[in-house]
Amino acid sequence: MTCRAADERAGPDVAAWRGVLDTLCPMHVVLDPSGHVVHAGPTLRKLRPDAPLTGGRFLDRFELRRPRGVTSMADLMASSGIKLHLRFRDTPATGLKGVLMPLPGGGGAIVNLSFGISILDAVRDYRLTSGDFAATDLAIEMLYLVEAKSAAMEASRLLNLRLQGAKIAAEEQAFTDTLTGLKNRRALDHVLGRVIAAGVPFALMHVDLDFFKSVNDRLGHAAGDHVLQEVARIMMAATRRGVDTVARTGGDEFVILFEGLTDRAALARVASRIIEEMEKPIPFEGHVCRISASCGTALSSDYDTPEAERIMADADTALYASKRRGRACHTFFSPGLIDPPPPRASDNPPLQT
Amino acid sequence: MHGLINRAIQRFVTDTYGPERWAQVARSVDLGFTDFEAMLVYDSALTPRVLDAVCGDLGKPRDEVLEDIGTYLVSHPNAEALRRLLRFGGVDFVEFLHSLGDLPERARLAVPDLDLPDLELHEHAPDRFSLTVRGSRDGFGHVMMGILRSLADDYGALVLLDHRGARHEQEWIDITLIETGFAEGRDFDLGARAG
Repeated sequence: MTCRAADERAGPDVAAWRGVLDTLCPMHVVLDPSGHVVHAGPTLRKLRPDAPLTGGRFLDRFELRRPRGVTSMADLMASSGIKLHLRFRDTPATGLKGVLMPLPGGGGAIVNLSFGISILDAVRDYRLTSGDFAATDLAIEMLYLVEAKSAAMEASRLLNLRLQGAKIAAEEQAFTDTLTGLKNRRALDHVLGRVIAAGVPFALMHVDLDFFKSVNDRLGHAAGDHVLQEVARIMMAATRRGVDTVARTGGDEFVILFEGLTDRAALARVASRIIEEMEKPIPFEGHVCRISASCGTALSSDYDTPEAERIMADADTALYASKRRGRACHTFFSPGLIDPPPPRASDNPPLQT
Repeated sequence: MHGLINRAIQRFVTDTYGPERWAQVARSVDLGFTDFEAMLVYDSALTPRVLDAVCGDLGKPRDEVLEDIGTYLVSHPNAEALRRLLRFGGVDFVEFLHSLGDLPERARLAVPDLDLPDLELHEHAPDRFSLTVRGSRDGFGHVMMGILRSLADDYGALVLLDHRGARHEQEWIDITLIETGFAEGRDFDLGARAG
């Protein structure tokens, strides 16, 4: 069977229109009534230089993935006018989109194919050039866009990485706890160092929330965050603005540094006010959060040479004593107190600042 | 001015004359930083100051430096992505010339806030064209001279270019096509995708 004979079977007009179709649809195939390829457009021929499509059965060369169950030319003709999803049966198994239209007078059909989204692989696999696409095809514009957008995205990605790095660095250097607006551990260490170096007397009060975990567990982190912000407000209100330092040093742990204040009665009053205020119910989205606080204080005046680490540890011991006494109370450090057990990792989750 | 433009100037100086040269320019303009970010927008007044500093440092007139930047953008391996994007404009140099009118629009497709001067090509004869650059403040026409000259090489075409001057934020370039298939040119592989 010569191509010419097949062409004529596919309808005498098709051969005459071949040049037109090759230019308008360089990826079309002409099928004869039995479903054999009588002609393939120039770009399609380029995809299979060593295994010409012409002469073979269309469905032997292409797998129809959608609609399913198309095994004969009759099935194929029944799918005319709808979008076909196909794939080459041999490698590279490039995916293609297509649409089939029957030729008038029962003379076979024309299937026009295109790459669809597989175009990125296709231009590489088959070394396609602009000339392989119809002048009206948007393929080149799409390739341009993909490259342009990829380049722009890559530049943006690198910028984001650098900004993220800068943000982390800035946060590491920050002195503020972002959730509560209180000072953080780094800031506290800084102030403590300065106060000790200057020889200013001071009191260090550890404040630890009671029942905070149950608020978190029962009402979620949003409620917990709200409580922490309220607690911060209470401690700020109970201390001297610009003189004392209130720091959040752990999830629900706080340290207040009272600068120039070692008066036990005054400190005890502050602690009581803080505990009293914290025990007031905190409303949150229709629920009520109830917490309390335990406090422990160490005074610099109790030491010949105040050392930050030592005083922090002693304030912690005093806090532990308050917890042992049934929470919601305040204790001053004295040498007779029992040291707290070494912290377990889960007790003091590191703060994400 | 869009960071991409400032960044292009920086990369031209760095890749052509070395990072120390650029650091010197950055210092002399008192940038306060070394690297322009391609995806940020900077004060428009900064670009001419940077350009003046580059020209002063290299001891070259501004037109010449701008044309060198255009050449760099098309021919340096570090700017391969841009060469590829430009080559998408046409299969041969003449088709590329005709695509220049779309260039600002094409640039905006990729980077929406990148505003390039308007380009308008006039064809006077099959081998004679002129390009009008509109809304150009910093001598973009001279950058275009470099881009056109290098892309002609890229396509293997032989052209004569003549910058006819600037007036009222407009510049004119005459383009005479001597031969389209003058040299082999460089390959443009659609599927290569610059990194």
